Amino acid sequence: MQYMMVIYETAEALAKQQDPAEADAYWGGWGAYVQAIQAAGIVQDGHGLLPPETATTVRITDGRRQVQDGPFADTKEKLAGYFVIDVPDLDTALDWAARCPAAAQGAVELRPVMPPMQEPGGGA
Amino acid sequence: MTGPDVAHRAVEAAARQSRARLVAFLAARFRDLAAAEDAVADAFRIALDLWPRQGVPREPEAWLATVARRRITHALRHGAVRRAAEPALTLLAGEAEEAAMAARPLPDDRLALLFVCAHPAIASEMRAPLMLQAVLGLDAARIGSAFLVAPATMGQRLVRAKARIRSAGIGFELPEPQDLPERLSHVLDAVYAAFGTGWEMVAGGDTRGADLTGEALWLGRLLVELMPSAAEARGLLALMAHCEARRPARRDDAGRYVPIDLQDTTLWRADLIAEAEAQLAAAAALGRPGRYQLEAAIQSAHNARADPAGRPQPGPDIRLALYKALMAIAPSAGAAVGHAAALAGTAGPVRGLHALDAVAGLEEYQPAWALRAHLLAATGDMASARAAYARAIGLAEDPAVRAWLAAAAAGLNDGA
Repeated sequence: MQYMMVIYETAEALAKQQDPAEADAYWGGWGAYVQAIQAAGIVQDGHGLLPPETATTVRITDGRRQVQDGPFADTKEKLAGYFVIDVPDLDTALDWAARCPAAAQGAVELRPVMPPMQEPGGGA
Repeated sequence: MTGPDVAHRAVEAAARQSRARLVAFLAARFRDLAAAEDAVADAFRIALDLWPRQGVPREPEAWLATVARRRITHALRHGAVRRAAEPALTLLAGEAEEAAMAARPLPDDRLALLFVCAHPAIASEMRAPLMLQAVLGLDAARIGSAFLVAPATMGQRLVRAKARIRSAGIGFELPEPQDLPERLSHVLDAVYAAFGTGWEMVAGGDTRGADLTGEALWLGRLLVELMPSAAEARGLLALMAHCEARRPARRDDAGRYVPIDLQDTTLWRADLIAEAEAQLAAAAALGRPGRYQLEAAIQSAHNARADPAGRPQPGPDIRLALYKALMAIAPSAGAAVGHAAALAGTAGPVRGLHALDAVAGLEEYQPAWALRAHLLAATGDMASARAAYARAIGLAEDPAVRAWLAAAAAGLNDGA
């Protein structure tokens, strides 16, 4: 069963990426986790994301494009990346989520991936 | 102190002392664990409402038993409990009234309740959660969080397990003598599973874990009280008490992980070590060795470093012999890693590495990778040691263990 592991990190954790005193430990922990989860052979896809300040958001309002920088929402935890993993069940997914460095500081959300859509008109 | 305070304290005290006995008493008579739990919860809710206004009854347990019995009778009349329980009603009504009148303690059915929760017909991973709920009254969300299962999922599984007890007709009688050893081992395994889960959460700095190890110890003491001649029950209690004794020393003041060899033994709890040693001696006197006694003996060897009686510290060969015996009767990932470490201590790191290689299923077991890294470093293969540390770090859940492993990896000296 496929799950998307949505990784949220706190501003403090994200700041460690740039802090010379903390960066080695931060990236070392993530590097080891990525290596371990890859070695388990369950990763379908996954990426880290640059911080939310680098994001651009599009909405169409009254037929016109609204393009904004951000989001700069004041949420405590920010979307930092994701994995899509293929594991037998939610419990196994939870084990991997608990090992994720973000679980100790931010949060890791697990969402079952929606099954593939039926072809229009049915495949029969 | 005002009336409501006294009443609330009385309800709390009754919940601690009597809840399990009440659930066990009703469940054994109605053969319906869920209905018994509901009735007892109702009785406590009614006590919380009435005692502050009307005063605490002279015999709280008998009062609660009477109210809970009325609630379950009510539920039965409304068809929530199967009709087969009807004959039990008459019997129960008499017993409960009598208990209330004579203020005699309830018959103690807690042991039967533990055996029901750990019945072979219940999935093994549900036995500990079921005990924690039925005997200790923990809610599904707490249990789910302890066992790393989604709260709603844990709730559904508990409901299903209780429905299974009812529909499969699992009896609330104590097992027949010939079935007792096997059934008891399921009970012990479930208690130890709860302890192990709590233990790892303590390592993770999660305070809920501290409660869970405490509750497992409580169950262990209850088992010894109810089955004083079961050697393995005493062995399990000794094992848990020895581990729990070291808890205050597992972290330093800054929250950093401290491996056992470097722990400040003055922080180890002498009371728990003494309790463990007494249980282990009593178990040994029964002359029926087993897995938990062996594991307790291994912990005893570790804790001899801080024994107030000044026991001589057992040598590495003793630990190796204990692990060999353990591997022979109860092989597990933890035993395999302990055995490899003990072997490395007496025969060198290469032998330890061979022992690790010989065991399958350690690929995602963090302590195995940490030991491998340590042994590889001892052989001078720093590149492989570094890679093994990275694997251990990636598999660690506990940030403090992660930090400790990272520091160990960073401290590797290439020397070449």
